[in-house]
Amino acid sequence: MSQELASDGPAAPPRVNGELVFDAPWQSRAFGVAAALADAGRIGWPDFQAALIRRVEAVDAASGPAQRSTGTPDGYWRCWLEALGDVTVATSTIDAAAWAERADDFANRAPGHDHDHDHDDHGHHHH
Amino acid sequence: MSGDHAHGADHTHTPDPADPAIRVEAIESLLVEAGLLDPARVDALIERYEHDLGPLNGARVVARAWTDDAYRQRLLEDGTAAIAELGYGGAQGEHMVVVENGAEVHNLVVCTLCSCYPWPVLGLPPSWYKSPEYRARAVREPRAVLEEFGTELSDEVDIRVWDSSAEIRYLVLPERPAGTEHLSEDELVALVSRDSMIGVRLAGTGEPA
Repeated sequence: MSQELASDGPAAPPRVNGELVFDAPWQSRAFGVAAALADAGRIGWPDFQAALIRRVEAVDAASGPAQRSTGTPDGYWRCWLEALGDVTVATSTIDAAAWAERADDFANRAPGHDHDHDHDDHGHHHH
Repeated sequence: MSGDHAHGADHTHTPDPADPAIRVEAIESLLVEAGLLDPARVDALIERYEHDLGPLNGARVVARAWTDDAYRQRLLEDGTAAIAELGYGGAQGEHMVVVENGAEVHNLVVCTLCSCYPWPVLGLPPSWYKSPEYRARAVREPRAVLEEFGTELSDEVDIRVWDSSAEIRYLVLPERPAGTEHLSEDELVALVSRDSMIGVRLAGTGEPA
């Protein structure tokens, strides 16, 4: 494999018995997107690792060592996702505003993009 | 896929665009649209890395046995207790038996009835371990099975096949590879593959753990 995952230190992902731990589908997706971009040469793996360490250290510094969230899958993979954003935005692979806008679209699309529109129509007919 | 968690609980709240599940979906969709990312490649990489370091617990047990002879003896006498010394063990209470490879004996583990497997030390079993072919052939023609894994043993080596069950699970203690005397316990861990602890390969060959 071309991208080495850290086995200790701040950038090391959560593992059990050597296997990566994901406790939600978005976490493995965030992992896979970064690995695929690096694999295709769209981002540099060392740049990504450096960005990840910065994100983890910033969260740890804010929370203090006692409630270190970055040791949990949720906290760690959040840092991973934001590091992916940092690197893709810095290389103009992704536009930060476009990313936020797309997330807004997806947030507003749910819950249930199709039947929600019907709802509005029904409201009108009731009058 | 994601975002569904908002359903059911409260239909009137729209999900938060800062929710990481939504942000991942958003960044992936932009990258795919731009032709920079192939979603099938993402799937393949997740699968490939999921087990990236493999069964580290078992590898640590083996490396300790290689470097600490007293530990090795305890491990062979009472596998469950010696494995527990390193902090590993299952809540299921199955009995772990460790069988040692040597110049004259090679051990191979199978579960002919189902796919019993020492998951606290070896993690999830590989798909071939569960296949009817492996389960049948490991007993009937172990030498041929080993050859298919690239493991050629001389005719003098006695091959013993251990059939796991719900009560007893076997772990192979592979032979320490020659020329590794200078390596530390931590360095030796990297030489212990999952397959060597099932017995289909020798330590130091094939995929690292």
